[in-house]
Amino acid sequence: MSTLDPKSRAASRGMSDITIRNLFIIPTILFLIVFNIFPLIYSLGYSFTDFRASGKADWNFVGLQNYRELLNDPFIWSNFSITAKYVIVSVVGQVVVGFGTAMLLNRDIPMKGLITTLLLLPMMLSMAVVGLFWKLLYDPSFGIINYALGLGTFEWLSNPDMALYAVALTDIWMWSPFVMLLSLAGLSAVPKHLYEAAAIDRAGPLYTFFRITLPLVAPILMIAIIFRTMEAFKTFDLAYILTSQPTTEVISIRLYKMAFQEWQTGRSCALAYIVLIMVLAITNIYVKYLNKVKER
Amino acid sequence: MAAVRTSSEIALNRIAIAAVIVVTLIFLAPIYWITATAFKPRNLSTTIPPTIVFTPEISPFVKLFTKRSQLRSEPTPEEYAAAPWWERMVFDGGEKIVRDGKGNVQLSGYPSRFMNSLIVAVTSTILAVGMGTFTAYGFSRFKVKGEADLLFFILSTRMLPPVVVAIPMFLMYRVVGLNDTHWGLIILYTAFNLSFSVWLMKGFMDEIPKEYEEAALVDGYTRMQAFFKVVLPEAATGIAATAVFCFITAWNEYAFALIMTNRRAQTAPPFIPSQVGSGLPDWTVIAAGTFLFLLPVAIFTFLLRKHLLRGVTFGAIRK
Repeated sequence: MSTLDPKSRAASRGMSDITIRNLFIIPTILFLIVFNIFPLIYSLGYSFTDFRASGKADWNFVGLQNYRELLNDPFIWSNFSITAKYVIVSVVGQVVVGFGTAMLLNRDIPMKGLITTLLLLPMMLSMAVVGLFWKLLYDPSFGIINYALGLGTFEWLSNPDMALYAVALTDIWMWSPFVMLLSLAGLSAVPKHLYEAAAIDRAGPLYTFFRITLPLVAPILMIAIIFRTMEAFKTFDLAYILTSQPTTEVISIRLYKMAFQEWQTGRSCALAYIVLIMVLAITNIYVKYLNKVKER
Repeated sequence: MAAVRTSSEIALNRIAIAAVIVVTLIFLAPIYWITATAFKPRNLSTTIPPTIVFTPEISPFVKLFTKRSQLRSEPTPEEYAAAPWWERMVFDGGEKIVRDGKGNVQLSGYPSRFMNSLIVAVTSTILAVGMGTFTAYGFSRFKVKGEADLLFFILSTRMLPPVVVAIPMFLMYRVVGLNDTHWGLIILYTAFNLSFSVWLMKGFMDEIPKEYEEAALVDGYTRMQAFFKVVLPEAATGIAATAVFCFITAWNEYAFALIMTNRRAQTAPPFIPSQVGSGLPDWTVIAAGTFLFLLPVAIFTFLLRKHLLRGVTFGAIRK
């Protein structure tokens, strides 16, 4: 990356470079502080109160009570464990399908560009709208999925044991292409001569895959995994639209209900902070691995 | 791949091609199905076995755009003959189009929600890409103290779950009266997209040689003139790709729209699902609404596929 000298010749004409730099950067930083950091400070204050945004009732400072109650609430922990289960199922599914497709595509396939573009489409769509049309596809009596798989009137969304997997399946459909794209980029960067050397050594395909392909693709695959983990952790739209099972109540839905249906504003701000800390923890892992890839 | 192609390898390649075709078809099937449903007459939308061959109709779209009510009694032959062709399609479905006192067709909620989506997505895209381009240039060309930290701060604003930010924003908006307004959503989406816009534009800016501007400076341009006349034209494709990404994100956003709007400024993503209701929904109308909503994104995806590939993997594969 190149940097210009702020005291260059041009500084004598028109605005100085430092003025231009500040003019270009500071408004954006301020805007983001006002609309991201300020609301978070605002809600940190509310998280120590029993404020309810619905009524005109007085509110009191309750200290750490919200946090204490939330952390001792088994229902909240079950929301977290549902979220964890959802994240694992959907991310593992996306890696298997996405990486598998990338392995298939990493050959002399005709119309590779067109196929890659077509596979981009699901991830460009609105999760809410995708959720809606998968509801139609999953319908037990006239859905195309049951018909195509010969499942009769199998219940996908109203069966509590199945619903979370149904949501994850839709997420896998939407986001496997993302894992595929990153894997494809990683696979195409593996030097060809390594494979040639392996062929001369008469290495088997399994050996080639585990000793050459996988280690070299692993860093970029890791990035795809962390990206998708963070996104799956935030899931709201898809699960909220597709089904309203207690077994699919991921933490974002719990948070939404607490804040905008039960109007426990103070308490929901505290829960938001607990979620925030978890996201920061995941983000740290992400940055750690991002740096690892950069060092490579 | 080995230089010499053995027969087993050619066979393997054929299997791979067949598998790729199958995977692609499976991935596209849901989108095909919603498109097909959008052009079906209502009585064919929920048949088992599913109706594959049918005469496409536009009646779902007529129903999507108009306010309708159930027919109390069959229209008289005169009424039927006097009605325009598109109104007859609604008659045939057992419904009639609601008109106001002056005989004007009453529109359903969809056109206004679609317009709201358009207003909010386009305005927030212009703001996010505009600010993002300037900021990216600033970071790319000048020494900034704590640049890595600032860039990370900018990116981190996108990592929060929308619902977490939505609670305090809702309270703030209630105080300043921005709830259920276009500007309320525009500001939120701009803030949300700005981080992405800065990061993506910085990648494009870094690739424009700084010698271009230096040549312009030598020719007597000021830095601002050099930026507008030399750098911006060079960055045009990057700006277009970033704009499409921001547009798609704003266009598709659901959680904020659900929380911050209810009638006046509501966008299509919370509106379309709310039309399903609890009874027997008319899936052809919902499919038509979905299809129209997906169309701009599908077109953009095809027009800008090469740049989109880069945007999707942004940062991740750049060394």
